[in-house]
Amino acid sequence: MSIDKETIKHISKLARISLDDKKIDNLSKDLSSIIKFIEKLSKLNTDDIKPLTSIIEASLKFRKDKILDGKIRDQILKNSPEKNEEFFVVPKVVE
Amino acid sequence: MSDLSNYTLVDLVEGIKNKNFTSEEVTKSFIKNSEVSDKLNTFITKSFDQALVSAKNFDKKSKPNGLLGGIPIAVKDMFCTKDVKTTAGSKILNNFVPTYESTVTNKLWSEGAFLLGKLNCDEFAMGSSNETSFFGNVTNPFGDKIVPGGSSGGSASALAANLTPASIGTDTGGSIRQPASFTGTVGLKPTYGRCSRWGIVAFASSLDQAGPLTKTVEDCALLLQAMSGYDPKDSTSVNIKVNDFSSNLTEKVKDLTIGIPKEYRVENMPTEIDKLWKKGIDFLKDAGVVIKDISLPHTMYALPTYYIVAPAEASSNLARYDGVKYGHRSKGNNLIEMYENTRSEGFGDEVKRRILIGTYVLSSGYYDAYYLKAQKVRKLIKEDFDKAFNNVDAILTPSTPSSAFKMGEKKDDPVSMYLNDIFTVPVNLAGLPAISIPSGYDKNNLPLGLQLIGRPFDEQMILNLSLALQRRMNFKRNIKAWWK
Amino acid sequence: MSEKKFDYFIKGEKNKWEVIIGLEVHAQVLSKSKLFSSSSTKFGAEPNTQVSLVDSALPGMLPVINQFCIEQSIKTGLGLKAKINRHSVFDRKNYFYADLPQGYQISQYKNPIVGEGEVILDMPYGTKKIAIERLHLEQDAGKSIHDMDPENTFVDLNRSGIALMEIVSKPDLRSPEEVNAYVKKLRSIMRYLATCDGNMQEGSLRADVNVSVRRVGEKKYGTRCEIKNVNSIKFMQMAIEHEAKRQVKLLEDGKAVDQETRLFDIKKNITKSMRLKEEAHDYRYFPDPDLLPLEIDKSLIDKLKKTLPELPDEKKDRFIKNYNISAYEANILVSEKEISDYYEEVIKHADKKLAANWIMGDLFAVLNRKNLSIKRSPVSAKNLSILINLISSGEISGRIAKEVFEIMIEKNDNPKEIVKSKGLRQQSDPKELEKIITEILTKNKDKVAQYRNGKEKLFGFFVGQVMKSSGGRANPKLVNEILKSKLK
Repeated sequence: MSIDKETIKHISKLARISLDDKKIDNLSKDLSSIIKFIEKLSKLNTDDIKPLTSIIEASLKFRKDKILDGKIRDQILKNSPEKNEEFFVVPKVVE
Repeated sequence: MSDLSNYTLVDLVEGIKNKNFTSEEVTKSFIKNSEVSDKLNTFITKSFDQALVSAKNFDKKSKPNGLLGGIPIAVKDMFCTKDVKTTAGSKILNNFVPTYESTVTNKLWSEGAFLLGKLNCDEFAMGSSNETSFFGNVTNPFGDKIVPGGSSGGSASALAANLTPASIGTDTGGSIRQPASFTGTVGLKPTYGRCSRWGIVAFASSLDQAGPLTKTVEDCALLLQAMSGYDPKDSTSVNIKVNDFSSNLTEKVKDLTIGIPKEYRVENMPTEIDKLWKKGIDFLKDAGVVIKDISLPHTMYALPTYYIVAPAEASSNLARYDGVKYGHRSKGNNLIEMYENTRSEGFGDEVKRRILIGTYVLSSGYYDAYYLKAQKVRKLIKEDFDKAFNNVDAILTPSTPSSAFKMGEKKDDPVSMYLNDIFTVPVNLAGLPAISIPSGYDKNNLPLGLQLIGRPFDEQMILNLSLALQRRMNFKRNIKAWWK
Repeated sequence: MSEKKFDYFIKGEKNKWEVIIGLEVHAQVLSKSKLFSSSSTKFGAEPNTQVSLVDSALPGMLPVINQFCIEQSIKTGLGLKAKINRHSVFDRKNYFYADLPQGYQISQYKNPIVGEGEVILDMPYGTKKIAIERLHLEQDAGKSIHDMDPENTFVDLNRSGIALMEIVSKPDLRSPEEVNAYVKKLRSIMRYLATCDGNMQEGSLRADVNVSVRRVGEKKYGTRCEIKNVNSIKFMQMAIEHEAKRQVKLLEDGKAVDQETRLFDIKKNITKSMRLKEEAHDYRYFPDPDLLPLEIDKSLIDKLKKTLPELPDEKKDRFIKNYNISAYEANILVSEKEISDYYEEVIKHADKKLAANWIMGDLFAVLNRKNLSIKRSPVSAKNLSILINLISSGEISGRIAKEVFEIMIEKNDNPKEIVKSKGLRQQSDPKELEKIITEILTKNKDKVAQYRNGKEKLFGFFVGQVMKSSGGRANPKLVNEILKSKLK
């Protein structure tokens, strides 16, 4: 099965990556090739198989309810491309 | 004094301990090599000044100790290092300076080692040739315009070129073992959960593992020991005792059983690789090992499974790169535009491809057919290994289906690039430990490796078997530093 | 209380419509630290000071689950008489927003920690059972502040990662009143359990409201719309009314209701479509590979069962049975654990019925006036108890008691002291009362004659005069008795 341009546009919107038409053309070829490759799995019957839930034979370990973190605003904001003393700053969402 | 950069890690540790030479001398020796090796393009960030300071401080210590006392180590740029730029080989992080240190690198530093620099890699560890890095390709010391493998291409190349005594990388589908094979070095991927993932830039959470790249098996055991250990900050870290891999290293492998999986004898397998495989079998027999033919029936489904699971997890793990909290930010008239431009500009083509595939296989209407199906097949693949390990102690396969190829050779077809990982990927899907050891050369004088796969948490077993093989293979890494 | 019938229907131009409502309540878990990180959850801190590396989704950061949040969810599930699922899974809900640093929210999709349960409502027309579909744990998002800067949005991640319990009801609610009762009951149960403080002003309790309509008698459900993030019960009710009417108009005009997400505009009192924002939201849920499945030991559930306090329904039944108060009174007294504790403290030594009346009447009036919770009552339970006893013993009249109470509000003094110092003791000496009454009757011979001739209303006049003369302290019961006998 190949992947059409409309689908690529839709996925790129979901993934928040902008693509121009040229890029979409190139990707269409590459992605179709990859999809064809991964479709090999459809040949295998897995009706009675339960999916893998975790690679590790263990269950989730718990953490105690203690405040051990926070109060590091400087560190948190340090690498932000746009900020002021207290907040991250981003362009407004279009309402 | 002979060139210290030729020494093994074990010998360097020993030598510093016995005061045969100083940490400063060792560090200078590697820096000297690096300064004339820019052609290989292995470093993204050099920490040479700081390394010399650390070396001098180490030498001042009256009671130096630690498994890696006084050793400078360059690490793959996927490990967050405090106050040192960490890029993951990507434009989107090309100005990111972490305020924290990854658990694994922290362990190295607490054993007396210190940072030499951050090594180049495929962008976000996605690649098998180190041709997708924002910082340019890495060259294999075995020849100009030959790829070193990937994604830990910088680590493998720097190691083989004596720019670092050892390195650590990450392996999600073969990214330590394949470049090790391509550069004639030793690369080990530990059992999933053996080493902490905290502070490592995440690619595919259920597959990623940090691991050592070294010149010898002995070095590998030592470095693995330093890196391993339970971390409560990582919920997928397993609380299991770390063996003294080093001290327990032995060639006594008599009566162990090794499985040879028939499905790994792929169509059009180069005869050299087949011959090497047979050579490995013979050497192991010579060591007293029993050889058994086994079947891992779902092997052919491993690569497609991997290329569903890994991109799916990656598409979600890379959603945080949005220009808000850190990293590259592009302009945009509104939030969505900012996101789209940032991610479009910040990510390279391979990363984009994988994010899109990952988004696709998780999307409504496709989840069952792709992601859910892949998780079922993954179970079958794991069960293949579980069953096999009822009858054998380890499994021997080639590491790669070919030796290192030319740069640009596989760039046009992503799937042909993916096929590089055919022998390594099943191991990640099953969460098992595996090591690649350099075993021979092909007709182009490019190195080839053999892979040993072990039971969960049985790294000792595959290290021991590797030691037995290493001595018999007597592989020599004959590189002339043509790039200087 | 008379048995009313349920009567909330929308009368359209052509038909009578019923309103089907389902609620998704988001309740912030009362815990010190966040669900997957160790930063504080305290309300009102300086921006971005309760944010850890994990909360701000820096590269390489990983979640580790808070045991206490799991326990709080289990307790809440037990309070909802729900099934606790021994095996549950955390999934990633993937979408992009400035206050969602990871680009996904860790939530639970197909395998939540708690399954089906129920909440009982006491409505004027009888009790009604609202079925609970499920309860799951998830991360709260940060805050986007849009109005501090004309060009930009400011992001504060303090709230990001706080544990939320999402409680999903089945579409069993049928009116704004039922929604009111449901939210209040849920809130009450969680406050009893101390699993959520239910403080809607601080945002620790919010709801998404799903509304659809259908003609009375129809069995099929209509298309529903979701009104997101309503943070007060009053707004929920207004939104439901508006939305139901909007849908009825559409349907009666022959149009269809689009399934969509809407926002309630509190200024205009209308719901608006969020369709543009919500377009192409495909959350691509998948199990979070940074976490393992959650396995809960039966021993943990049993241990938590033992720690449960008496819950509102049980307490109400016990109050009705043991204290002989009405269901209506019991409902109010158990609505908050603090109120029921206060009540039970008062009735240790005082009349149960009087206590109920005083608390629900005079005390609540004061608390409302001063905007205080019963925890901060200016009048202590002990002192109220003493006051009530003074009435029961006849030392003061009910009227005087109100005066004393007003004084107690200002200073929580022992009412016995107040009565003593102000000389408010009820005059109950029959001899003294006779004196006063005789005096009054003598002064008003004409009115006495009118009374005896049939003007019975004048009795109140005589009582009034006696009260006036005694400074309000005459024992009303005795006054009545003596007056009656003297006026024969």
